[in-house]
Amino acid sequence: MPVRSEPVTDAVETALARHKERPGALLPILHDVQHTLGYVPDDAIPPIALALNLSRAEVHGVVSFYHDFRHAAPGKVVIKVCRAESCQAVGGDTVIAHLKRTLGIEFGQTTADGQFTLEPVYCLGNCALSPALVIGSEIHGRATPDRVDELLRAARSGA
Amino acid sequence: MKPIIYVPRDSGALSVGAESVEQAIAAEALVRGIEIELIRNGSRGMYWLEPLVEVALTPGGERTAYGPVRRNDVASLFDAGFHTGAATAREHKRALGPTEQIPYLAKQQRLTFARVGVVDPISIVDYEAHGGWRGLTAALSLDPMAIVEHVTTSGLRGRGGAAFPTGIMWKTVAGAHGPQKYIVANADEGDSGTFSDRMVMEGDPFMLIEGMTIAGLAVGATRGYIYLRSEYPHAHTVLNQAIAAATVKGYLGHNILGSGRDFDLEVRLGAGAYICGEETALLESLEGKRGMVRPKPPLPALEGLFGCPTVVNNVITLASVPFILAEGGAAYRDHGEGRSRGTLPLQLAGNIKQGGLVERAFGITLRELLYDFGGGSLSGRPIRAVQVGGPLGAYLPESQFDTPIDYEAFIKIDAMLGHGGIVVFDDTVDMAQMARYAMEFCAIESCGKCTPCRIGSTRGVEVVDKIVAGTEREANTALLRDLCDTMVGGSLCALGGMTPYPVLSALNHFPEDFTKS
Repeated sequence: MPVRSEPVTDAVETALARHKERPGALLPILHDVQHTLGYVPDDAIPPIALALNLSRAEVHGVVSFYHDFRHAAPGKVVIKVCRAESCQAVGGDTVIAHLKRTLGIEFGQTTADGQFTLEPVYCLGNCALSPALVIGSEIHGRATPDRVDELLRAARSGA
Repeated sequence: MKPIIYVPRDSGALSVGAESVEQAIAAEALVRGIEIELIRNGSRGMYWLEPLVEVALTPGGERTAYGPVRRNDVASLFDAGFHTGAATAREHKRALGPTEQIPYLAKQQRLTFARVGVVDPISIVDYEAHGGWRGLTAALSLDPMAIVEHVTTSGLRGRGGAAFPTGIMWKTVAGAHGPQKYIVANADEGDSGTFSDRMVMEGDPFMLIEGMTIAGLAVGATRGYIYLRSEYPHAHTVLNQAIAAATVKGYLGHNILGSGRDFDLEVRLGAGAYICGEETALLESLEGKRGMVRPKPPLPALEGLFGCPTVVNNVITLASVPFILAEGGAAYRDHGEGRSRGTLPLQLAGNIKQGGLVERAFGITLRELLYDFGGGSLSGRPIRAVQVGGPLGAYLPESQFDTPIDYEAFIKIDAMLGHGGIVVFDDTVDMAQMARYAMEFCAIESCGKCTPCRIGSTRGVEVVDKIVAGTEREANTALLRDLCDTMVGGSLCALGGMTPYPVLSALNHFPEDFTKS
């Protein structure tokens, strides 16, 4: 078995210490690990399974069930763009196509420079101001290709 | 006296620049040496006017609205004297007059949303001053069965979409036996076109807390969970702030208001699975498992979270309860028609000029909502279809726009109200592609437990593609109908069981879109 890297061990131990005793602790633990590391590494699974008295298969099953949990480290900035009906009704597909073309990636991929990861999302609850997307931790409404270009420029320069 | 300036912290307002507007106002006031008090409220629900900035010259005084305010409007608003109520401010291009007189708001019947956008969401003092905790106080003086009786009298039905009578569910849980009982708020608001739960949680979180506490008193539950979708980080922050404040003040936790009753509340985050809005999948997820749907029976009311009797109610259902207890079940029942009592917070979304939240008694028609409130499509083109009730709701053509908002009226036209979301499409929509998307969405979000949903949705996408491509069109159309029939009759829950609604309604009302090529 590969030796776990220190950050993974730290992230898992911190998450376990915080949540282990709570009923139904697995989701809070996985959220914590992903919050710290950006994803849930494979080698985080055995110690979580051991601590919660679950099989590794059970923990893996939960990680793989939920769209939120990533299996690989994302880019510096994660972009989540809405694919749902309300956004489709006002040009969401155009925004998505523009993002894919500009970044040169498909959903679930990260740009070669490690800057952006593009993910689909099914509703951000901003449907009166569709199309909507999230860049990093900021939500944006009434998105257009031009507006997306501005936002990408700002995100690149770290603004 | 310092003027009070309100800038929403609602995530919809933030999505169009509320944060930068707030910073600009604070900076401009500082530069000009003007003392102001800035309050971050929820949204009034008029999203096309966001960021909607309001000014009150005295605490509790009349509020004047300006919107949509951009960062570069701020200096001119100060120049015009918007902070002093100067006559020149009324001429400003963003001036909207007194907020309460804006027709969109004035024509509503806000029972549940009365405080949303008005109060500071995390100020318990504000909540009290606007009628908060009156329902809880009333409930504490009542016998548990009398609380249930109020809810039964009100005619309240589950606002998440199932429309099951809330009083009956509560009575079942109250009469059930178990070592522990739970109240679970379903805040996994995943339907496209809906945001009313989010608005409550971001704009008036104490109302949800109060409703859940009353539910706990009624059924004898001492623990509650809010299962919140991870797509709502702002709601998460506000809820945690509100729970902490309510606990400190004795409205939550041990010995609530000295009554000897306990109720502890915790927020749990989902992880991006639509199916976890289905109540049994939600419970599995809360238990730390894959969100797989459970067969019913047993009902969650009898064997729910961790096998214990559990009330699972949508956020709006629980948020309706404080009004019912404060004003009495009859006051709520007196709104609405037929078996649809009270009000429904409707959400206008998609291609609509004036999108937002409209709370009205049942009985208003779709047409009134789309045109009188919504002002028609955003694009200015004719409205061709609306999808009511989220991704599992039917697409309705113009000929059905006179249908009243009423659970039974919608069932009659093979549609459903669901959570009250209305997504508008103009005449550029391709309904065959919307039918395909409905199947695709079901395939992406299926928990995989039952075959009609897991496999049927994928086959559904393929069959729609064949119809559109013109491959044995008649045979494949018959096959699609047959497949839908299997999914309706053979699925374990509403995801597989209702995905056929958007598909068949598209096929029935817009057949021409399937035969274009």
